[in-house]
Amino acid sequence: MELRRFSRGFALCSALAALLAPISPARANPYETRLDNGLHVIVKEDHRAPVAMHMVWYRVGAIDEHDGTTGIAHLLEHMMFKGTKTLKPGEFNEIVARAGGNDNAFTSHDYTAYFQRVPAAALPKMIELEADRMRNLVISDDEFARELKVVMEERRLRTDDQPQSQLHEQLMATAFIAHPYRRPVIGWMNDLENMRPDDARDWYRRWYAPNNAYVVVVGDVDHKKVFEQVKKAYGHMKPVQLPVRKMTAEPVQTGERRITVKAPAELPQLAMTWKVPKLVDVSNDREPYALEVLAGILDGHAASRLPKALVRGSQVAVEVGAYYDATARGETTFMLGGTPAKGHSVAELEAALRAEVKRIADEGVSEAELERIKTLTVAAQVYKLDSTYVQAMEIGRMEASGYRWQDADLMLEKLKSVTAAEVQAVARKYFGSDTLTVAVLDPQPLDPNAKPRAKPAGLRH
Amino acid sequence: MRFRNDLLLVNPMNRFFRHLLLQAAALFALSVPAWANVNIQHWVAANGARVYFVESHVLPIIDLQVDFDAGAARDPAGRSGLAGMTQGMLDAAAGGLDEDALAEKFSDLGARLSGVADNDRAGLSLRTLSSARERDGALALLRTVLTRPEFPAAVLEREKARAIASLREADTKPDQIGSKAFARALYGDHPYGRSATVESVAAITRDDLLAHYRRHYVASRAVVSIVGDVTRQQAEAIALQLTGDLPAGEPLAPIPAVTMPKAVTERIAHPANQSHIFVGEPVTRRGDPDFFPLQVGNYILGGGGFVSRLTKEVREKRGYAYSVYSYFNPQREPGPFQIGLQTQRAQAADALKVVDETLAKFIADGPTDDELKAAKRNLVDGYSLRLDSNRKLLESLAVIGFYGLPLDWLSKFPERVEAVTAAQVKDAFRRRLSADHMVRVIVAGD
Repeated sequence: MELRRFSRGFALCSALAALLAPISPARANPYETRLDNGLHVIVKEDHRAPVAMHMVWYRVGAIDEHDGTTGIAHLLEHMMFKGTKTLKPGEFNEIVARAGGNDNAFTSHDYTAYFQRVPAAALPKMIELEADRMRNLVISDDEFARELKVVMEERRLRTDDQPQSQLHEQLMATAFIAHPYRRPVIGWMNDLENMRPDDARDWYRRWYAPNNAYVVVVGDVDHKKVFEQVKKAYGHMKPVQLPVRKMTAEPVQTGERRITVKAPAELPQLAMTWKVPKLVDVSNDREPYALEVLAGILDGHAASRLPKALVRGSQVAVEVGAYYDATARGETTFMLGGTPAKGHSVAELEAALRAEVKRIADEGVSEAELERIKTLTVAAQVYKLDSTYVQAMEIGRMEASGYRWQDADLMLEKLKSVTAAEVQAVARKYFGSDTLTVAVLDPQPLDPNAKPRAKPAGLRH
Repeated sequence: MRFRNDLLLVNPMNRFFRHLLLQAAALFALSVPAWANVNIQHWVAANGARVYFVESHVLPIIDLQVDFDAGAARDPAGRSGLAGMTQGMLDAAAGGLDEDALAEKFSDLGARLSGVADNDRAGLSLRTLSSARERDGALALLRTVLTRPEFPAAVLEREKARAIASLREADTKPDQIGSKAFARALYGDHPYGRSATVESVAAITRDDLLAHYRRHYVASRAVVSIVGDVTRQQAEAIALQLTGDLPAGEPLAPIPAVTMPKAVTERIAHPANQSHIFVGEPVTRRGDPDFFPLQVGNYILGGGGFVSRLTKEVREKRGYAYSVYSYFNPQREPGPFQIGLQTQRAQAADALKVVDETLAKFIADGPTDDELKAAKRNLVDGYSLRLDSNRKLLESLAVIGFYGLPLDWLSKFPERVEAVTAAQVKDAFRRRLSADHMVRVIVAGD
């Protein structure tokens, strides 16, 4: 995912609001309905091209997993392409491809989503296909065993052979000792090794239901027809009793945590994360918006402070970044990190990054910086309209993360109202040492003839 | 720096998209769309710049790109990385503004400047709002960085140090080690085979940048692609505004011809968990008469994501890999056909055997009628998906413009795909892919 996400952005500044007027159709767009079984349906008509982006989002992700079966949300996502009572394994993809479309799916901590990008005429078939695999998935032992191998290859590719991914994985596992964000979305390798087909079947049975799902369509469609098609495909389904979501709250962190990760690499890396609040009350919270603006001032555009001060200015770093996302189902953190330049240590980079936050805590930010963030975000809101994918992602993400798609507009207004004093206040309040976790990549020389480090013997169960 | 790696895709489509859609099938895309009056206008400006324009007023956005024959293939011997460094330094200072001032001015307009740099091309692209203040401000800035870059020595030293740090890091990563070795094995000392090294970047001087810039960023070889909310009259003025201050330029020698490699298998030791495997050979130029049979065939072989033969054989049937793909990457001189995958190192030999057999069978027998039918339905019926945004249109326009492809190439896309026969695919693969030239690179195999 992108490091900075301002996709929700700000409301339109007055000067630019007029730009959007001709292309913002009736205020009713997007259109929304909810079936009796709880299925949410959101349709945004966009008639620029005869295409439709169709997504089905489930409010279930790695956050809902338990120790011993980490990675099951993602593995089940893979199994969703492996056939239903009426479709053979792989047939789903064949149908999409022959319709001129392409498809994919993704899993995060907070949600699992499936999408097809198709010529608009093929949308009804896509709706039928997604409805079918919401209730009629078949998980055979044989298909499960092979797909599990694919996912283990995926873990090797993404994490085990990627020092930066290992750093991130272990940073999260250290910053959170109880909260489920401590577990990687792809799962620990040992849990994958011990995963059973019934783990996937259980997961599917518990979470894949109309009352835990959101159908999002953006494209050249008539929303009334889409509503009818969705009702026809899903209307007969009964809601299920969803499991109680027991999300362990993270105990208050009362002291700095530091870890080192050794991996074959050339350059050291630094990643720091502080516990900060997330957006809960879209109307009345203030600090999450101020933290979003703080992240935007520090990083995320060409003129932001961190690259200017540390990469181009003091040249302590070859690369720096900041990340904060106010919206999440779980708890949130604010991250800073980077790679020190030759001749500079990780400790120097850490001091320099913290000094940049302290500078804002002491001196505040300029009106010009605030204005720049707002301008960029307004522009991003316009650019977003060039992509049905981005528009559908925004709607689905909001809904599946526990917000409403309508909140996006309100969040824009709120972000626009953030003051320099509020940015300064969060910079003062949240960046002490007691809630900080630091992970350092300690690069190890590459021995071409060494074999990968032995993994611990798996305990089968 | 990226922190989040927690959004997992079931299929590594990013790779697929990058290779198939953004490179090879940028051309695949355009045609007479049923959905809108997409009309490609083309003219040559008074200063010789070639301009390609699609007018669209639906969104208040302008996307444009200015490319030059200034890619890595133009790097002098011993200076690999010069083209990329020159392109990357255009906005390091220009017209009396330093890099911070330029960054602030672009940001204050909500404009996005990005770079384009590959073997053949180098240039800049801009996305801006079309309202007068933003448009005029952003275009004036783009003109400044294109025509009045200063290449300050201090910034060059810093950027060289960053590039060297990045190269040293890349030299520890199996995928990047493999990519470079694959290019070298395919192309030898041809410019397509060279990669920037610590030594070649260290040797780059400010005079090298100035010489590369003056020689290659010239009006007669500028290609200006514009999509969005401007009129033809405005587009004509914009093209001249952006390139009018550039010198006409002297003719350039063509880049050398490619010598076909001998078949070889190169093994590179590395302690990674997975082997990274690359298989291929140089095959296609832009404008290749076999383009359609090869691209339609490749969709069936390894380009069609989930439904390709390679994915079915390597991933679906055997669980050997998360990502396996093939693509043709046509360039000015024959670009690579490439198959790639990553698999647990102990099974690398088995996976490679499956790849070899799948490729050999496809070359020997060609596609089945049903596969060909399915490919056509995807490529013809789905072509509107590849044209459904200004951004995608711009990418296609820029390729068409740079390589001088005929404009009717686009409108004829559906009928050309429809006309491809199984015999043509089989024939094209047999003629163009030879075991005598097939190169294999395996990083971290047992």
